[in-house]
Amino acid sequence: MVSQRLPRRSFLGLLGAGVGASVLGTSACGTDATSSGGGGGTFQVWVLQEEAQNVAHEGAVDRFNKNSDAKARIVASPNDGYTDKLHVSMGSSSKPDVFYNWGGGSIRTYARDNLLVDLTPYFEKDTAWKDSFLPSVLDAGQIDGKYYGVPARGMQPIILFFNKKVFNDHGVQPPRTWTDLMAAVDRFTSNGIIPFALAGGDAWTELVWPEYLVDRIGGAEVFNRIAAGKKDAWRDPAISTSIDMIRQLVDRGGFGDSYASVRWDGAGASNLIAQGQAAMHLMGSWEYTNQVNDQPEYAKNDQGFIPFPIVEGGVGDPKAIVGNPTNYFSVSKDSAHVEHAIEFLKQEMSSDAYVDQWLKAGDVPAVSGLESRMDNAADPAFAKVVYDMVNQAPTFQLSWDQAIERAQAQPMLDALAKVFLGQMDAAGFVKANEDAA
Amino acid sequence: MSVALESRAPVRPAPAPPRRRQARVNRPNALYLLPALVFFGLFAAFPLVLVLYLSFTDWNGIGTPGFVGVDNWVRMFENEAIWDVTSTTLLLTGLCWVTQTPLSILLGVWAAGAQRNRAVLSALFFLPLLLSTAAIALLYNRLFDPYVGIGRGFEPLRNILGTTSGALTAIVIVVGWQFIPFHTLLYQAAARNIPKVLYDAAYIDGAGGWHQFWYITLPQLKNTIITSSTIMIVGSLTYFETIFLLTNGGPAASTRTLPLEMYFRSFRSYEFGYASTIASVLVIVATAISLLIVRFSGFGKMRSTLEGL
Repeated sequence: MVSQRLPRRSFLGLLGAGVGASVLGTSACGTDATSSGGGGGTFQVWVLQEEAQNVAHEGAVDRFNKNSDAKARIVASPNDGYTDKLHVSMGSSSKPDVFYNWGGGSIRTYARDNLLVDLTPYFEKDTAWKDSFLPSVLDAGQIDGKYYGVPARGMQPIILFFNKKVFNDHGVQPPRTWTDLMAAVDRFTSNGIIPFALAGGDAWTELVWPEYLVDRIGGAEVFNRIAAGKKDAWRDPAISTSIDMIRQLVDRGGFGDSYASVRWDGAGASNLIAQGQAAMHLMGSWEYTNQVNDQPEYAKNDQGFIPFPIVEGGVGDPKAIVGNPTNYFSVSKDSAHVEHAIEFLKQEMSSDAYVDQWLKAGDVPAVSGLESRMDNAADPAFAKVVYDMVNQAPTFQLSWDQAIERAQAQPMLDALAKVFLGQMDAAGFVKANEDAA
Repeated sequence: MSVALESRAPVRPAPAPPRRRQARVNRPNALYLLPALVFFGLFAAFPLVLVLYLSFTDWNGIGTPGFVGVDNWVRMFENEAIWDVTSTTLLLTGLCWVTQTPLSILLGVWAAGAQRNRAVLSALFFLPLLLSTAAIALLYNRLFDPYVGIGRGFEPLRNILGTTSGALTAIVIVVGWQFIPFHTLLYQAAARNIPKVLYDAAYIDGAGGWHQFWYITLPQLKNTIITSSTIMIVGSLTYFETIFLLTNGGPAASTRTLPLEMYFRSFRSYEFGYASTIASVLVIVATAISLLIVRFSGFGKMRSTLEGL
């Protein structure tokens, strides 16, 4: 919008690029606009561009297309910018028919604007289909009490990863309680080891801490009240206690002193623990897959994983977990192929072939009765831990930044980053969140 | 003296009538303006009006924007965070100008010399101009990593992206590394255009290198300084990629500038109406600053630095 102040050549260059892009855009939309109506045609399935994992999606589409007159077509986009692209197209007339999402905040706007197919009646009609998914994961995809997403890939609880070799070298046992954890922190810092790797340049990596602490201290209800927008919900003592504990952990050197410079994308935090410079990493199950790919030696010999410790005196269930329950596929209401799209999801999302492909890629899909198929997993031991963790969890809290209203997520992350930098205390954190609400 | 005689010589055979005819033939028709006008209207003016309209609406990017009057504007001026963001933006703009301008002038004047080694070194120095902004920002982001980057062995750089002042400094360094070559190029061309007679005259009057630079080169570069500063300042106000990829506005939102705030509000929070309000402010501030520069520098009068020669 300030392009008129650019030097002329780049201004004209921008114009040229703009024209080119819009021409491309129009022609790209044209192909599928003509396919509406009738029994044939194609419908688009939007997914992320991840080589190892697209195998499962491609397989599902191939199997479905064999027996269907309407053909599914994969449209893969890079992770960066996927949500921006999705949002722009959801506001236009060229929406995707089926699209990959994170549930919660990533589709709430679309659900409320009546752009998505409410899947509740389909699940009610076909209870066998509904029962083929783990209930806690299916329910985490609800918006305002209705289902809008079908679980599409692996479950991603936050797990406490630890480097077995570092623990052995320093004679420390994996922490089962908060007291253990703080003792381990002191032990590691005095030996020059960073207790927890943290990619603090991205605030979402810090969010896992209050998510678990609040759950352990006050139970799942505390955050449910916040997510529901209840008055004074942020003032629950569990919130300020958690923030105080985080500040204490930071002050004691729990994350070293340069965590704020480490970005997630450079895999800096994952390298720290793999190379033994850090002892632990509180991260989603995708950390396991990353280590298998990037540091296979470490992943094979030294990568340990346990649930988040209990907090003494807390009322939360120690089996409760937080994280990203899974990714979902949702269907656009505007699609010319709603029935075909749902048929596709019904046939494939819990099919043995689809599940096995995910297991092979290191993911553990949110499908019930998976115990018998564990042998197909890349690492059966890890797959079993994740599966049991989710299967036994009374609640699976969706990441806070996805669970609360979008406009409040960024202020919450900003405030938390300040807490981790020692610039904000518990009262300030509560106030910042109340101001944003 | 011989110089003056030579320059007077070609003036004599130029008669008045042909010059007038030439002027009439070369003056462009109003139609010549049309393509530029259409482009400008379609891609600059029209979106600008749309953004201004959106700033008075409540819109999540989907469906019909709902008119809410001046709500967004009131909310923006009542929000303390927006003042932090604005002052960060202005501070960064100031720092970029203060570091880039002197360096560009010195390098540009140096590179204007005819020596061979200068030509080779300048060619190397202009390399960052060929790289994409995103690539540069990502490159430096990795380079500043405390555990695998250059900071690993160099304490002052170790946690540079983790502190407020450090992150600001890092942005100034990276932006400077990328854009100083461009401005150097402007100054190099301008310095080469300064007539040699001026230096000859100064030399006869006994001026040394420093005096020649201060009393001839700098005044002769005046128009280039204004052009370069305008590009630099308005550019700094609207930097996005470098900051987004280098610091992501962090640590803890301390390097978040107006363009980043606009992006976060629109594509993270889906508050396109409020984001448009920020965009409008950005347009107003950038336009005001460039108008001020033009007004107080006398650039608008288009006075040549070669008058009287």
